[in-house]
Amino acid sequence: MGNRSTMKKEEIISKLPYCKPFLFVDEIIHIDSNGVVGSFTFDENLDFYKGHFRERPVTPGVILTEVMAQIGLVCLGIFLLDDSFNKNTAIGLTSTDIEFLKPVFPKEKVTVVSEKIYFRFGKLKCKVLLKNQNNEVVCSGTIAGMLV
Amino acid sequence: MISKQEIIEQLKTIVKPYVQNQESFDALTEETDFINDLKINSANLVDVILDIEEKYTIIIDNESMEKMINVKAAMEIVAIKLAEK
Repeated sequence: MGNRSTMKKEEIISKLPYCKPFLFVDEIIHIDSNGVVGSFTFDENLDFYKGHFRERPVTPGVILTEVMAQIGLVCLGIFLLDDSFNKNTAIGLTSTDIEFLKPVFPKEKVTVVSEKIYFRFGKLKCKVLLKNQNNEVVCSGTIAGMLV
Repeated sequence: MISKQEIIEQLKTIVKPYVQNQESFDALTEETDFINDLKINSANLVDVILDIEEKYTIIIDNESMEKMINVKAAMEIVAIKLAEK
């Protein structure tokens, strides 16, 4: 992999409209116009673990959905929009249809694999999988978002 | 050549899963507006357009998409695209 594509991946992460404690992308492993693969590791000190669940921390499904959306949809969307994406670009999540199969605990690293279904009229819809370190599918489904 | 009424019936089948206002859907006419009457949200309207493309094997460009605000406009664009084939 050349320097140029490495730069590109870092550039995408720098363009994400999120920051801590709501940035859920550590690394983009692969990206092209048809899809993206990226990873995120859950820091055990993340605030939501204090309450979900009481004394038994498990990553909430909504957070897993957010990881899938940030890597699978937003990173890919920035890549596809290229120079037309800037800090004034407003995006919104429009639909999710996800099944949750396994729990994700603090300190786990997860990998998101997203495949574009379509990107038309400003709407991006993807088939997205989230896997754990044992390569087991933790959640899967479809997510869509659009320029607003 | 398919008739107007046939196209309306086919469009009804396409929009049905996305409709949020059943009354307006039941009383659908050429003047029925997708967003204001049927309450189809803008994200789902994209799916309506893509389903129309698939049904008639046509390609709808951005300009045509923006015009497809009601049943009548959709019928006209489908007719134009079918004639271009």
